[in-house]
Amino acid sequence: MAGRVAGSGGWGGSGGPVRPTRRQPVHPFDTAFSGATLFHRRFVARDETTRHVLQDLIACLGQADVPPKAIANAELILAEILNNVVEHAYAGRAGLIELWLSAKTDGLVCNIADQGQPFPGGAMPKADLPPVSPPDNVPEGGFGWHIIRSLAVGLHYRRRGDWNLLTLEVPLG
Amino acid sequence: MDIATSRAGDSLVVRVNDTRIDASVAIAFKEAVRRAADAAGNPVILDLGRVRFIDSSGLGAVVAVMKLLAPDRKLELAALTPPVDKVFRLTRMDSVFTIHPQPPGDLQATA
Repeated sequence: MAGRVAGSGGWGGSGGPVRPTRRQPVHPFDTAFSGATLFHRRFVARDETTRHVLQDLIACLGQADVPPKAIANAELILAEILNNVVEHAYAGRAGLIELWLSAKTDGLVCNIADQGQPFPGGAMPKADLPPVSPPDNVPEGGFGWHIIRSLAVGLHYRRRGDWNLLTLEVPLG
Repeated sequence: MDIATSRAGDSLVVRVNDTRIDASVAIAFKEAVRRAADAAGNPVILDLGRVRFIDSSGLGAVVAVMKLLAPDRKLELAALTPPVDKVFRLTRMDSVFTIHPQPPGDLQATA
């Protein structure tokens, strides 16, 4: 059983092993998600839907009086996470993404689930920036995980059945 | 992608009128700026004063435009809003580009 993120609720901590089937996947988050849910969406993994979901999200967090800096950080972190799911986990194939946000006193807890490919080696990529030596060698990509790891705390990834489950926190301070 | 161009001295100013440069528009952005830069002028100054959000895909597209223009023409940036500035600083791309506080000839502060 994968560990839970302290104090965040987390996924399925007491529900025992999840039994996914191909035809009707058991949803791994139906149990043990505690805390007041601020935002929840289930959507098809596409760049366009990512844009729309993030725009809904920032409107929702604004109405909840989340500080603007935390909203901006949540938008950027989740953009990078969701882009990664679209581009790498599903690699252009159709698939669902589920996103939850809940509030703690000092942060926004974000849970992201997809049924795409797991991370290579079963672990999230490191934060290394690609080497930059202008003008001849300036990278056009490879920034995403550096941005995520620079701004998010409490990153936690596990594979459960055919689900990728990622939890992170966006500090409010 | 909504792009407007103007001349300021020797420079070609390319203003992005959309508020987001993200993964869903990165390719269209790159193509639109490349076409806009068919007009004469050097450096090409990308006015990002209206852009409120950029992700790493958008950043990559800006780098791609820089490479398309090189070596004959230089791509410079202007009027980065705080969330855009943050992405350039976090990725250290602020060290790669010349960044102007305002586009040339623009006397109005960008909101």
